Amino acid sequence: MNTDIYKEGPVVHSPAFIDGHSVEIPILKILKQDGTTYPDAQLPELEQALAVKAYEALVFHRVLDERMIASQRQGRLSFYMSALGEEATTVGGAAALEDQDMIMAQYREQGCLIFRGFALEDFMNQMFSNEKDLGKGRQMPIHYGSNELNYMTISSPLGTQIPQAAGYAYGQKLQGKDAVTICYFGEGAASEGDFHAGLNMAAVHKAPVIFFCRNNGYAISTPSDEQYVGNGIASRGVGYGIKTIRIDGNDILAVIKAVQLARQHALESEEPVIIEAMSYRLGAHSTSDDPSGYRTKEEEAKWQEHDPIARFKSWMIAQGWWSEAQENEIFARLREEILAAVKVAEKIDKPPVEDLVTDVYAEVPKHLQDQLDELKEHIKKYPEAYPFTAGRI
Amino acid sequence: MAQMNLLHAINNALDIAMAEDDSTLCFGEDVGHFGGVFRATSGLQEKYGKARCFNTPLVEQGIMGFANGLAAQGSRPIAEIQFADYIFPAFDQIVNESAKFRYRSGNQFDVGRLTIRTPYGGGIAGGLYHSQSPEAYFAHTPGLKVVVPRNPYQAKGLLLASIRDDNPVIFFEPKRLYRASVGEVPEDDYQLPLGKAEVVKTGADISLLAWGAQMEIIEKAAEMAEAEGISCEVLDLRSILPWDVETIANSVMKTGRLLISHEAPLTAGFAGEIAATIQSECFLHLESPIARVCGVDTPYPLSLEREHMADHLKVFEAIKRTVNF
Repeated sequence: MNTDIYKEGPVVHSPAFIDGHSVEIPILKILKQDGTTYPDAQLPELEQALAVKAYEALVFHRVLDERMIASQRQGRLSFYMSALGEEATTVGGAAALEDQDMIMAQYREQGCLIFRGFALEDFMNQMFSNEKDLGKGRQMPIHYGSNELNYMTISSPLGTQIPQAAGYAYGQKLQGKDAVTICYFGEGAASEGDFHAGLNMAAVHKAPVIFFCRNNGYAISTPSDEQYVGNGIASRGVGYGIKTIRIDGNDILAVIKAVQLARQHALESEEPVIIEAMSYRLGAHSTSDDPSGYRTKEEEAKWQEHDPIARFKSWMIAQGWWSEAQENEIFARLREEILAAVKVAEKIDKPPVEDLVTDVYAEVPKHLQDQLDELKEHIKKYPEAYPFTAGRI
Repeated sequence: MAQMNLLHAINNALDIAMAEDDSTLCFGEDVGHFGGVFRATSGLQEKYGKARCFNTPLVEQGIMGFANGLAAQGSRPIAEIQFADYIFPAFDQIVNESAKFRYRSGNQFDVGRLTIRTPYGGGIAGGLYHSQSPEAYFAHTPGLKVVVPRNPYQAKGLLLASIRDDNPVIFFEPKRLYRASVGEVPEDDYQLPLGKAEVVKTGADISLLAWGAQMEIIEKAAEMAEAEGISCEVLDLRSILPWDVETIANSVMKTGRLLISHEAPLTAGFAGEIAATIQSECFLHLESPIARVCGVDTPYPLSLEREHMADHLKVFEAIKRTVNF
């Protein structure tokens, strides 16, 4: 038996409880809201081309969110989830990773996909569940996935990606790959059993995974102070023996810096790392949610002042890497492109009826083929009731 | 050929699978040096190293989540859940994740290389929490394959087929037979087909269908019935999902009668699904209602185990009732 783990601390002879809040966790801040950096701040490695790519991804994200929320309100789209106010956590994360690193996300991480170059049409085809959707129209809008871009398809049940990321990263390590897995989740998902399961498995089996918690203050309507007691999610990392860092999630330079270091540590030490990014979900949970029922305008206004995109823009302009002219051009162009893409995607056919039974198994088994054949016969009999597929059988 | 018990056969299959593919891993609670509580993984850590055969923390949800991630990454995980009774903390990872990975991604990602091994079933004085047969829960989930062997020969052939199958497979091992069932098993590599039932014995008057450890029960009942002049056809379903409708229907069209027996409780057990399908396939050939002899609709008790079980006497009585309907 390995009893070395029972390290003896200071000995006392009268009871002394350790307070649950006693762990002090510093928060990394590099960039101020005015675009200047703190005097002693250590900046991440960030060349101009990468910075511009990241900034353009942030803008794309914001315009996409605005346009898609509008499309949902117009009844063109069934559902949407924006990442308003916390875009830096995902765009910054992707900017600090290599293309071969796997991204396992929750559902508000389209910023990673944008940074990796997921095509506008691919976003649209997924949201409109048409036959060009890479996921074949099987999931609600925003459940993206791209094998090509190493972005694992989203699953609705919360937190399930956390132990999966540990396993994925363990496999990468065993095969000697120069790659890590990043796993995003919110502070709400950290209440799930999968969070404990995943962190413990990763810590014990030394999986090179970066757990990235977007602590954005709300899980639908439940504020974080009703979600957990204790010092945030970072303090949990300490309990699992995992290297832990807390950062300002609205500070993209802090995000990039932390993820760059986490990646290096995960690869070199073959260990997990946990990052808790403190941010705020400025938008609604989804288009089915109305935050005015559970929080004040004043609270939202306070966080508007911490806008991560405005902050990064000021820094970019100060670097001489961005201009107001570029800003105006890109916003106008993206609004137009996205609107045009909506118009195209919503007219593309739904997937063929055969896609109902494919991919349940590697090959279509007999009982599913029988059920499909029977269904086709039925559709032929009542073509007007099945307008999307009747004409294509 | 060698004499092996069911555990040896499983161990032998795992050994072959790990030898042929470096990305094959075996893990679960106590699976490493100790070889698992039943010793199914004995010697594998010594042979293949701690990175490929290891203990996990006590977290079924974590074992299955980890296994899903490994399989999605391209490794070939063989995850052990120590008792099928403890698979429920991992239910979400299996039903919502393993089963739907391929479908939800439009075949961009899959966990087809995943195999879940777990000992199931009663008759070992295991009480409520070491005796359950939960195959019906998983049979309701498209995207999984569910397999149950009945003896050492099948265990090896079906497990190798499960490990190499391109879909996630849950492999339920009849723990009552782990050491009790001994038989001839080829030492070489071989596979038995998934999704295919086996006609164990032909007969004319009634078809008897079961799987796993319950096969012993129906075979014993069949012997008693034969002594009274009733000719029984004995069928082993082997795969619960997808299941072999054709073989069962052909048998029933010949005998005109069907009795299904399983250990799990009667209500919503898999026998119900089989009865409904065979009734629809063979309606005009049936000479009596399809009989189900199953566990009582209670948790699996400790003291009254014998009473709870669908034993050979209950099956024997049901055979006579069905034949004399």
